Amino acid sequence: MKAGIVVFPGINRERDMAIALELSTGVKPRMVWHKETDLSGLDLVVIPGGFSFGDYLRCGAMAARSPVMAAIHDHAARGGYILGVCNGFQILTEAGLLPGALLRNAGLRFLSMDANLRVERADTVFTRQYQKGQVFRSVMAHGDGNFFADTATLDRLDGEGLVAFRYADDNLNGSARAIAGVFSPNLRILGMMPHPEDMVDPLMGCTDGKPLFDALAAA
Amino acid sequence: MKATVTVMLKNGVLDPQGKAIAHALGTLGFDNVNDVRAGKVIELDLNETDAGKAKAQAEDMARKLLANGVIESFRVVVE
Repeated sequence: MKAGIVVFPGINRERDMAIALELSTGVKPRMVWHKETDLSGLDLVVIPGGFSFGDYLRCGAMAARSPVMAAIHDHAARGGYILGVCNGFQILTEAGLLPGALLRNAGLRFLSMDANLRVERADTVFTRQYQKGQVFRSVMAHGDGNFFADTATLDRLDGEGLVAFRYADDNLNGSARAIAGVFSPNLRILGMMPHPEDMVDPLMGCTDGKPLFDALAAA
Repeated sequence: MKATVTVMLKNGVLDPQGKAIAHALGTLGFDNVNDVRAGKVIELDLNETDAGKAKAQAEDMARKLLANGVIESFRVVVE
């Protein structure tokens, strides 16, 4: 599994993501600047968290239209794996690679706290080292994590099993149907608001996020 | 020509900013506010003299960047 991390101006979680990926794969991921257009050789493209382009206009709106995105669309069309976390999830929805949108948190507050996530399916390359229904600890740190999609889209996500994770306890950001992460129809793109990379080492106080990266490393 | 693009959250999409503004207006004693919706106004100075073409360009820009069709609607006024 050769991984690359896309770096936009204003992204600030790329190093944490690199640590998590290297810990599981044993290889340093390639850092891909947003002006690059060649992703050949990469199996996994990760879009990390942060505030790309200052989150001007809408969260992820500018990043979703930057030069590297054409290559990311090609990577997706080839069936490549993509993981978007936090701002990365927002960017994937803005780019149309995942459905829905992330609105301002229902309570208007930036939420920075642990979030327990329930695994909705464990037969994907991202989640196969968890059990279906398992609850694991993650961390949320976002102002715009309120997942929204119209009812028909939500029904399709539920019906086709494309919901990856739901908030297991309080749904503090107000996400529709408590959705914390979604898959693409081919299950090769995962977008999620909470940060699994924050919990991959005992030094971080928890390793609940590590199975996600271990599973990717074995793919 | 100047094109003004007004972007609003679609009906049915929760607008917590609007709710917060409505709450603050109530605190100030404006007790007759039924609802508040907050949006964005984007002014474009276009190098174009044909009003129809300017409007079409601004609408294209709104579809491709200025508005997110999943959650937002827009309208364009050219002058």
